[in-house]
Amino acid sequence: MQTADVLPISTQARPKAPSSLFRDVIRRLLRNRSAQAGLIILGALLIVAIFAPLIAPHDPIEFQDPNGQVRTPPCIHLFGCAADQPEYLFGLDSNGRDLLSRVIYGTQVSLFIGLSTVTFAIVVGTLIGALSGYAGGWFDNIIMRFMDVLLAFPSLLLAISLVAILRPVILEGNLSPLIPALFAIGFVSIPAYARIVRASVLSIKEQDFVSADRALGVSPGRLLFHRILPNALTPLIVQGTLGIATGILDAAALGFLGLGQQPPFPEWGSMLGDERGSVLNAPHLLIFPGLAIMVTVLAFNLLGDGLRDALDPRLYR
Amino acid sequence: MLQFLVRRLLLIIPVLVGIVFVAFILVRAIPGDPCRAMLGEKATDKVCDAFKERYGLNDSIIVQFGRYAGNLLQGDLGTSIKYGRPVGDILLERLPMTLELSIGAMLFAVIFGIPLGIISAYRHNSAVDTVTMVGANIGVSMPVFWLGLMLAALFGVALKGTALQLPTSSRLTAGLSLPSLAQTWHLQNLQGFGKGVITFASNMVTLNAVLTGNWKVWGDAIKHLILPSVALGTIPLAIIARITRSNLLDVMGLDYIRTARAKGVIERVVVFKHAMRNAMLPLVTIIGLQFGGLLGGAVLTETVFGLPGVGSFLVDSIFSRDYPIVQGFTLSIAMIFVFVNLVVDISYAYLDPRVRLS
Repeated sequence: MQTADVLPISTQARPKAPSSLFRDVIRRLLRNRSAQAGLIILGALLIVAIFAPLIAPHDPIEFQDPNGQVRTPPCIHLFGCAADQPEYLFGLDSNGRDLLSRVIYGTQVSLFIGLSTVTFAIVVGTLIGALSGYAGGWFDNIIMRFMDVLLAFPSLLLAISLVAILRPVILEGNLSPLIPALFAIGFVSIPAYARIVRASVLSIKEQDFVSADRALGVSPGRLLFHRILPNALTPLIVQGTLGIATGILDAAALGFLGLGQQPPFPEWGSMLGDERGSVLNAPHLLIFPGLAIMVTVLAFNLLGDGLRDALDPRLYR
Repeated sequence: MLQFLVRRLLLIIPVLVGIVFVAFILVRAIPGDPCRAMLGEKATDKVCDAFKERYGLNDSIIVQFGRYAGNLLQGDLGTSIKYGRPVGDILLERLPMTLELSIGAMLFAVIFGIPLGIISAYRHNSAVDTVTMVGANIGVSMPVFWLGLMLAALFGVALKGTALQLPTSSRLTAGLSLPSLAQTWHLQNLQGFGKGVITFASNMVTLNAVLTGNWKVWGDAIKHLILPSVALGTIPLAIIARITRSNLLDVMGLDYIRTARAKGVIERVVVFKHAMRNAMLPLVTIIGLQFGGLLGGAVLTETVFGLPGVGSFLVDSIFSRDYPIVQGFTLSIAMIFVFVNLVVDISYAYLDPRVRLS
C-alpha cells in the first residue's frame, strides 16, 4: 500500500484529451509499487496458465506410479532425492497424481473463474444500474431495494445457498459443476456494480450535455456507452479488479466445500477439500494449492489498490 | 436521535420483507417437483400428494408466501426433513457456537488490528509500517479455510508435545462435557421463550461454564476456540489495521492536531485522545460490516475445525438436501447481519451527531 510519496502531485487540471488521460493513468500505474508487484505476478501467472501443457511435467489427472504410491513427499533430485526415483517437485497427491502439474493447470481454472464471474457481474450490473438510474421512480426503487436485500446476505453464504439450490440441475444433467458456482459467485457481486453505474447515471442524467444529447435524439444505448459508462469506468475498473480476487477466493471456498469444480479436475479449492485428511501425514499437499490461491488473489488485490491510487490520486488509502 | 431511530427502524422493514422473500424463493426455485426435491426421487405419487396437501403446495404462490411469512412471525422456521425437528430448535443449539467463534475472531482482529494500525501510522513509512501493510495485503488474500488447515498443521501436528500445542478439532476435549443450564438449574419445565433463552445460553459453552463456575471446561473451551478464531479473524484484522492506519494518517495531518502539538500537549495524548477519537469513527462501520463477512467465513472455519456451529450444519444440510434447514439458516444469518448493521448505524449516529442530523 503505497501512498502519497509515490504519487505524482499534480496541481494542474487533468488533461482533457482521452488518449493523454489514458497515458497519464498508465504512467502513474507503472510507477505505483503495489501495481508493479501485482502486474509482475499476474504476468507470470498468465504465462503459466497459457503454457500449462508445456510447463507441466505430467498429466494433471493421470495416476503417476504403477505401484500405486500416493502422498509421497516432494522428490527433487537437486536436493538429495535419489536419482533413480522419478522427480515430483510437489510430491504426489492422495490419488497418486502429480501435484505440481495440478497446481499449474489450476491456474487456468482460477483465472477463468475470476475473469468470467466479474465479466458476468459487470455486464448484468451495468445493465441493471443503467436501467434503474435512467428509469427512476418506482422501477428504480424496487430494483435498488432488491439489491439492498441481496447485500443483506453475507455473499459467500448466498453463493453457497444458490449452489445448493442449483445442485440438482448438475446432478441430473451433464453440466459442468463449475457452472452453478460461477453463476452464484457472479450473481452475488451484481449489486456492487449496479450501484456504481446507477450512481454515475444519476450524477450526469440532469447535466446539460446529456439533455442536449437527448434533445438531439441520441439513443439511450448510445447515451449509455458514450456518456454514462465513461463516467463510471474508474470505479468499475477498481471494483472489478478487486472483484476478481474475491471471486477466486469464493470459488476456492465453494470448491473446498465440494460445491464447485469436482475432482479429478484440477481446481485449487477442491484440491484442498480433497486433501483435508492429509493435514496430519502429508501437509505439503495442502501448502501448495493454498499458496497458489494466495499469490493469485494477492496479485489482483495489489493491482486493484494500485489502480485505485493511479486513477484517483486524491485517495490516500 | 429519536427521529433518526424511527427512520432507521422503518427503513429496515422492506429489507426484512425482501430477505424473507428471497429465502422463500430460494427453495421454491429448486428445479422440478418440490415434493421429489424434498423427499427424494423415490417418493411415490401417493406420498407426494399427501406431502403437497400437508404443506399447502397446491395453493397459489402468493398464499404460500403469506403462510410462510405468517409462520415466521410466530417464530416457526419449518421442520427439518432429515431430523424431523423444528429448524428453530436446531438453530438455537447451533447458533451459540457460531456466535462464540465470531466474537473470538472479532476480538482477535480488534485487539491486534488497531494497535498495528496505530503503530504503522505513527511510524509511517518505517520498516514496521511496510511489514504490517505487506502482511495486511497477504492477510486479505489468504483463503480462510487454508489458513485454518495450516494453523492446524502447525499447532496440532508440528508443535505436538510442546507447550504450544493447541486442539484442532471439536468443541471440547473428548471426555469433558457440560450439563445444560436447564439441568443445572432444574428448569426442565420451562416453555416457550424462556426455554429458548436457556437452550441458547447452555449451548454457548464458554458462557455456560462461567455461569456454573466450571472453570476446567471453560479453559478447555477457550483453548478450542483459539485456532478457529485466529483463522477467521485474520481477514478482519488486516482490514482493521489498514483502515486504522489510513484514518489516523488522514487525521494526523489536520490542523487541530498541529494546534494540539503547538500547545505542548504530550504526544501520547495527541495520538490517543485527539487523533484516535476521530479516526475511530469509520472503524465502527468497518467492524460491523466485517461481522457480516465473518458469518460467511464461519461456515468454512467450522467445517475445517469440526465445530458444531450453524455453518458446518448448513453445509451438511446442503448435501442431504434438507432444504428447510438451508432456508431457515440462511434467513436467520441474513437477519442477524441486518440487525448488526442496524446496531452499527445507531451507534454511529450516537457517536457522530452529523449523521443523525443529516
